[in-house]
Amino acid sequence: MFAPYLLDGWLAATLVALAAGCAGFFVVARRETFAAHALPMAAFPGAAAASLLGVAQVYGLIVAAGFGTMLLLWLKRRQRNDTATALALVSLLGLGALFLSLSGRYAAAVYALLFGQVFGLGPGDVLPAMVLAVLVPLVLLGAFRPLLLSALSPELASRGGMHGTVSNAVFLLVLALTSAFALPVTGALLVFSLMTGPAAAACLLARAPGTAMALSVGLALALIWAALALSYLTGWPAGFFTGVLAAVLYLLARMWRRARQAR
Amino acid sequence: MMLGGILASAPVREALLIGGAAAVMSGVIGVFTVLRGQAFAGHALADVSSAGGALALLLGISPMLGFFGLGLLGACGLGAQKRGDADLASGILLGAGLGLTALLLHFAASLRNVSGAAVSVMFGSLFSAPPGEGSMVLAGAVAGMLVLAVISRPLLLASLDAELAALRGLPVRLLAAMFLVLLALAVTLSAISVGAILSTALLIGPPATALRLTRRPWTAMALAAGIGLACCWGGVVLAYASYDWTPGRVWPVSFFIVALVFSAYAAASWRRA
Repeated sequence: MFAPYLLDGWLAATLVALAAGCAGFFVVARRETFAAHALPMAAFPGAAAASLLGVAQVYGLIVAAGFGTMLLLWLKRRQRNDTATALALVSLLGLGALFLSLSGRYAAAVYALLFGQVFGLGPGDVLPAMVLAVLVPLVLLGAFRPLLLSALSPELASRGGMHGTVSNAVFLLVLALTSAFALPVTGALLVFSLMTGPAAAACLLARAPGTAMALSVGLALALIWAALALSYLTGWPAGFFTGVLAAVLYLLARMWRRARQAR
Repeated sequence: MMLGGILASAPVREALLIGGAAAVMSGVIGVFTVLRGQAFAGHALADVSSAGGALALLLGISPMLGFFGLGLLGACGLGAQKRGDADLASGILLGAGLGLTALLLHFAASLRNVSGAAVSVMFGSLFSAPPGEGSMVLAGAVAGMLVLAVISRPLLLASLDAELAALRGLPVRLLAAMFLVLLALAVTLSAISVGAILSTALLIGPPATALRLTRRPWTAMALAAGIGLACCWGGVVLAYASYDWTPGRVWPVSFFIVALVFSAYAAASWRRA
């Protein structure tokens, strides 16, 4: 399980889970679940365009993350939240389908982009994950109070100086970048499970924001490690275990919460 | 000449039939979905139903049965949750569904050697529907529209103002449950046309466009069905024509449909602004 050629995968997955656990806490606190599902789809046109132009995938992903964030913000200005997010999601995916089909690697690339290929990772994938694991917690911790404040009380936040739209844009950009870097590990679809499952469970288990965030990171790490180990042992895709274990984690947390309230 | 060529091809006729039925059904159901603020629920159902599409490939049964079966299971999951954290619970359910899809697609590729399974389930395979699928889709759409016609008036009131509907003695919870079943059906039809994760385009795009153009719900439903139909058929025609643009390679029909849906929405917003 820990053979040398698999170590890069383990390392990258660990770093990605660190960032996803942090970002996920704010996704849950700010109730941006749907956005967290839609923004990773930006990776689709990004990765496909990069392979079409022959540049490294990372650059395509970063540009697409910015593009996806702008598209979402533009749509949100003129439409209620969930409808705008749905429109952004399908436009990004449709564009990705076109680029992939034109690049001629349609069938082979789609499964890996959607569901990840963690044991196919090489040393080149560790560095981007390292950058992510340092940058995301730094930005989020730096903006901890304004981000949380604007989530709990938008009016108070705008009076306090930090503009609501600015903090929202920064947050969405961080979310898009996190999912872009997580793409090789979990795929575009299941980075969402890694973000929301542990964070939702943590917010049920702990009241104080700081504790909940730390717990969210810890649970995300446990989740990705368990998913990788089970995937290695069974030969089944890691994405299956990520999605299902995230749901199990959330259900267990809810049961624990209910049992405590009943007492 | 080109139009005659299009209609002479049996797969294209089937595609026009399936896409058209899906677009009309999704357009009408979608207006309710947007009014009820359930776009995320609709998308979650689509993601869960993708596991059914993968299962159908694995077992070799009709995709419609697969998508709808899992879609119904997803609807039960969504219906069981409480009001408060609906988005979060939908999201967790969606993740579990997608995880299952990953596993089933993995089996479909390794056990049955189905190539391109991920593409056809997630991004649709309108031109390669199995024989007989068209009539099943049409039957499903007609049945769904009939049920909707019966409950549409109370459902509209419950969607616009649930409290008033409850005061008038309407069975709001039953209506919500029936709506979820109809939503699962609409998502199924769209998933067969443009793929599971793109089905949201037909469900939300044309209704959002229509609701920008008119405030009256009934007009919006007719308009959304029309816009959806135009986008779907336009997409099929463009995909057919694209064979001549890049010799030997057809651009994905789902891309054209989504592009047309998005253009219609952008044009409607432009007009209003």
